[in-house]
Amino acid sequence: MKMVNIKIDGKELQVPENYTILEAARQANISIPTLCYLKGINEIGACRMCIVEVKGSRSFQAACVYPVSEGLEVRTQSPAIREARKVTLELILSNHDRSCLTCVRSRTCELQKLAEELNIKDIRFNGEMQRKPMDDFSPSIVRDPNKCILCRRCVSMCKNIQKVAAIDTVERGFDTIVSPIYNLSLNEVPCVTCGQCINVCPVGALREKDSTEIVWDALANKDLHLVVQTAPAVRVALGEEFGMPIGTRVTGKMVAALKQLGFAKVFDTDTAADLTILEEGTELINRIKEGGKLPLITSCSPGWIKFCEHFYPEFLDNLSTCKSPHEMFGALLKSYYAEKMGIDPAKMFVVSVMPCTAKKFERQRPELASTGYPDVDAVLTTRELARMIREAGIDFKSLPDETFDDPMGEATGAGVIFGATGGVMEAALRTVADILTGKSNEDIEYTEVRGIEGIKEAKIKIGDLELKAAVAHGLGNARKLLDRIKSGKADYHFVEIMACPGGCVNGGGQPIQISEVRSVVDISKERAKAIYEEDRDMPIRKSHENPQVQKLYKEYLGEPGSHKAHELLHTHYAPRESYPDIP
Amino acid sequence: MKPIEKMEKTREGAIGQTTGGKQDVRMRIAVGMATCGIAAGAKQVMDAFNEELKRRNINDVKTVLVGCRGACRLEPLVEITGENGEMVTYVNMTPEKVARVVAEHVVNGRICIDYTVGTEVE
Amino acid sequence: MQIYRSHVLICNDSTCAQLDSGKIMEEFGAQLKKNKLENEVKVLTAGCPGMCEQGPVVVVYPEGTVYTMVKPENVKEIVEEHLLKRKIVKRLLHKDMMEEGDTPAKALDDTKYFKKQLRIALRNCGIINPEDINEYIEHDGYKALEKVLTGMTPLEVIDTVKKSGLRGRGGGGFPTGLKWEFAYKSQDDEKYVCCNADEGDPGAFMDRSILEGDPHSIIEAMTIAGYAIGSKQGFIYVRAEYPIAVKRLDIAIQQAKEHGFLGENVLNTGFSFDIELRLGAGAFVCGEETALMTSIEGKRGEPRPRPPFPAVKGLWQKPTLLNNVETYANIPVIILKGPEWFASIGTEKSKGTKVFAIGGKINNTGLIEIPMGTTLREVIFDIGGGIPNGKKFKAAQTGGPSGGCIPASHMDTPIEYDTLVQLGSMMGSGGLIVMDEDTCMVDIAKFFLEFTVDESCGKCPPCRIGTKRMLEILEKITSGKGTEEDIEKLEILANNIKLSALCGLGQTAPNPVLSTLRYFRDEYEAHVKEKKCPAGVCKSMIHYVINEALCKSCGICARNCPVNCISGQRGEPYVIAQEKCIKCGTCMVKCPFKAIFKNV
Repeated sequence: MKMVNIKIDGKELQVPENYTILEAARQANISIPTLCYLKGINEIGACRMCIVEVKGSRSFQAACVYPVSEGLEVRTQSPAIREARKVTLELILSNHDRSCLTCVRSRTCELQKLAEELNIKDIRFNGEMQRKPMDDFSPSIVRDPNKCILCRRCVSMCKNIQKVAAIDTVERGFDTIVSPIYNLSLNEVPCVTCGQCINVCPVGALREKDSTEIVWDALANKDLHLVVQTAPAVRVALGEEFGMPIGTRVTGKMVAALKQLGFAKVFDTDTAADLTILEEGTELINRIKEGGKLPLITSCSPGWIKFCEHFYPEFLDNLSTCKSPHEMFGALLKSYYAEKMGIDPAKMFVVSVMPCTAKKFERQRPELASTGYPDVDAVLTTRELARMIREAGIDFKSLPDETFDDPMGEATGAGVIFGATGGVMEAALRTVADILTGKSNEDIEYTEVRGIEGIKEAKIKIGDLELKAAVAHGLGNARKLLDRIKSGKADYHFVEIMACPGGCVNGGGQPIQISEVRSVVDISKERAKAIYEEDRDMPIRKSHENPQVQKLYKEYLGEPGSHKAHELLHTHYAPRESYPDIP
Repeated sequence: MKPIEKMEKTREGAIGQTTGGKQDVRMRIAVGMATCGIAAGAKQVMDAFNEELKRRNINDVKTVLVGCRGACRLEPLVEITGENGEMVTYVNMTPEKVARVVAEHVVNGRICIDYTVGTEVE
Repeated sequence: MQIYRSHVLICNDSTCAQLDSGKIMEEFGAQLKKNKLENEVKVLTAGCPGMCEQGPVVVVYPEGTVYTMVKPENVKEIVEEHLLKRKIVKRLLHKDMMEEGDTPAKALDDTKYFKKQLRIALRNCGIINPEDINEYIEHDGYKALEKVLTGMTPLEVIDTVKKSGLRGRGGGGFPTGLKWEFAYKSQDDEKYVCCNADEGDPGAFMDRSILEGDPHSIIEAMTIAGYAIGSKQGFIYVRAEYPIAVKRLDIAIQQAKEHGFLGENVLNTGFSFDIELRLGAGAFVCGEETALMTSIEGKRGEPRPRPPFPAVKGLWQKPTLLNNVETYANIPVIILKGPEWFASIGTEKSKGTKVFAIGGKINNTGLIEIPMGTTLREVIFDIGGGIPNGKKFKAAQTGGPSGGCIPASHMDTPIEYDTLVQLGSMMGSGGLIVMDEDTCMVDIAKFFLEFTVDESCGKCPPCRIGTKRMLEILEKITSGKGTEEDIEKLEILANNIKLSALCGLGQTAPNPVLSTLRYFRDEYEAHVKEKKCPAGVCKSMIHYVINEALCKSCGICARNCPVNCISGQRGEPYVIAQEKCIKCGTCMVKCPFKAIFKNV
């Protein structure tokens, strides 16, 4: 990369020519405040907080989008710049619902932080405030337009990264609002409930639909048998909510906290992930052997499933009929486990702690109630669990490590890696390779499907078969991959798709990291690292070697793909309209 | 014919702005029919001219629509150019005024001075 | 007692009597009856007003219009025009009341309105039939294109435009030749030529006029531009609210293609260029170049930060040349008559002419084209015919919502890009609104702010929220609730929005406030300190009162009051209940004795 010479605040710098002023300044440890900026996702220069003085320019320029060039001279601080930033921030605050004390983002709000950093003591320009109704009809996402500061990160995420475009800016001027088309509810448009919008929101305008109250109520109900299960991605992120570094594994503390909260049993969704691999692996082998519909596409990500139903119904037959792991688990808890423990499934309450908001939507699908009762009764996001832990006064950091309960607590490394993109694929390959070759393979780390590349392809030699596989994460990448398959430019045996960029570790229910952090740390990568460490530490790393799962088949399900397995562990899909007909 | 030649022909063949390329046209009546003119009723004025000319069997006078001359407050604005190139501007025209303009100006060559621009503008 | 709305006084002095004043009187009686005005207009004989050389003299009140040399056959016209339609029959006015000459001009070109104009961009408007390409060709149409394609290199074309000194007519006044050169130098496989026909300034309609009157000139200029910068595709972004312009552009594009001026292999020279129309949905912001391009791309019309400039990364990230309609309209003439000719018109830094839409408190409203450097005084008094009703000129607003006001004290400044900016206004697209002494400058600033607030795209907070807050403050001031602190806040907001808004529109949105504050700060202060609107416009600060001495207790005011807030009885003066009064002013207009006054 060609380097150019520039001057920022008098400092002479040499920076690559494709840098923006903001990147150049950060490299020189010169801090410029930002608000709408989110690296790689929202670089639009809209909020005017990062304005700087560029020599020769009449007005201030947005550092986040202004490209450097040879001889560029920039000032990032002056009385005029400070005043302009303050005025703009006061204007934003003047139209912001400042109920900070009761806001879900209090302490993690980027606007709050900026107001403090810019030393805002008074809002000089008060006036009319926009008042729009709250949209809480979606089972997953609550939209509060009165807190929205129109930074458009959510729009960029939904439209450009996820390519769903359920929301955009509508109306104009002071009436501008981020909203689904025609001011419909998120529930009425093809929002896939992935929750990525929440993760990028700097304020409390987007959040998950709260389930903590339901769970508190259930916990207080002595008649109920409360069972909780946790997804693999939760244990590598929950610590962030308590100030621990990104990528810290807190599995033991998490289990301890859940027990302290009063759950009767704390189980590991990984067990069901292992089960998924056996069911899905069997499905794959059968489809390959019997000439079934290929590629087989994974079905663990409910955001992806909803996306497929809305936008790619022609691929519904390609989807694995496997329920997502926590739903499988729920169904087994209310059947096998209930029978075994002699508990009336009607008196059972299954809580899933998930890195995911789409699972809140998935939970209420009517078809996911194999036992006649919903497979899962409540879904908590990682963030909600953290809130409950704090509310309960639990000192998370000093908790001793505890282990998952039996009989459904045992899992393998294969189940753990479900949390990262490529993980389901890798776990399946570990099992499929053993089944097809009839031996236990030593080489089980399929690194070609790991990593942050948007679409990963691999050809894996298993015996006589060269298995062609592809992995996509983020729905924009999913679109690309599906279009490629549709146009006949690619053919695969097996495809893994995760709705969220980076997979479940970066799910819409995970702890929120602010723009400043996301500019320097790839949070998906750090959390995935912890996932793979967790895998490496596991004594058993292949799903089919999970003794718990083996026992389950022996005692209850028979074999993978059996009638009973289908009844409890599989589901079906139906097309959904892409956009509602507007009269 | 090559386009350039064709263009030259068109240019040469034209007898000038007054008659729009037709030798047998002795008078051109240009009715301002930009948005301002149409809003003020230029269509009706144009129709009235065409009808009146037809009624009187006048074939050597051509009506054309033109754009705005910038005096939108005087619309409908009609400019009549004779063979000598002299132009007369009639303003605030109405279908009623048209009959008199055709009778006096077009047929008898007498300008209807009280309808011209001078009464409205200095 | 019968109340008449008008009185006609006819001189029955002997001189006039000899000149048929009796017949005139009779004729008035007959015509008034015919028009059923006999109960509204009273005809009286009167003494000699002393203009016997121009008799017979007829004076119409309350206007005080003096008609001279009236003949009996003129009476019908005076009745039908003046008394029925309230239109003064100027032709019959006393010569002191007419501004010039006894003989009215026959052709528009002979009027004073036209004589100081120089029509380059508007050269064909109203002259040729815009739906007939032959008429354009007769007027040297497509000759410039031929000259360019058969004898000039792209660089020679760009050089010609540069030498002409032509600057962008859409607002900022960026040198057009430089823009072309930048687009020429940007290397890419695709380039685009765009025409900004999204005219949105309130009151400005020069682009519409050109598109409706001379669409081929734009097509020709864009094709020349395509050749110069190396582009094959042009787009005209035109407002959907201009259906006639759209229709005529469609016809013109079709005809140009049929004649080989557009499309594949233009004039058999191997050069190909096509033009497509794109209709804008009427958002003001889409006149901003980056928003316009975003809209052409099919997205929500919002500006994007510059750099990169359109000449480097424009439409679909490709180098794009963007000029406005009036700019393009000058190009063929520059090519044909040469850059030196064009550069000889105008001033040192502003060459050629500029089209203005003049409106407001001025006699001759309309569209004019004047050489750069013409003074405001010439525009308003020579071309525009002065201010109606003998009122005083107060200020002229140029540049629309992005511009500012030029006060009477600067009336002799030549109109050109840089002087206007120095005065705190700007050329803009060419709207020129004239204001007289009855205009409240705070109210004017509020009017433009209302427009900006309405049209803000909402992308950046300074414009989205800042202009809204400014408007709220102006509303507070004009409703008599403002404080001195509000003026301060207004200034803080204005100065900061100017510096930090994302696009040109946001950055210039405070100009109407800044310029009125600069020249008319006393009016703002009168509003907040004395709670007075000196021009008597801001309703909350005026009140109507009935002068007791003049009131004849006729009750007309009370009958006409829409909110029934005037009461009284015979023999006593009527009273307006101020707390109920909505300040519509009807009573003042209706009072036959001029007993009601507006107190400022």
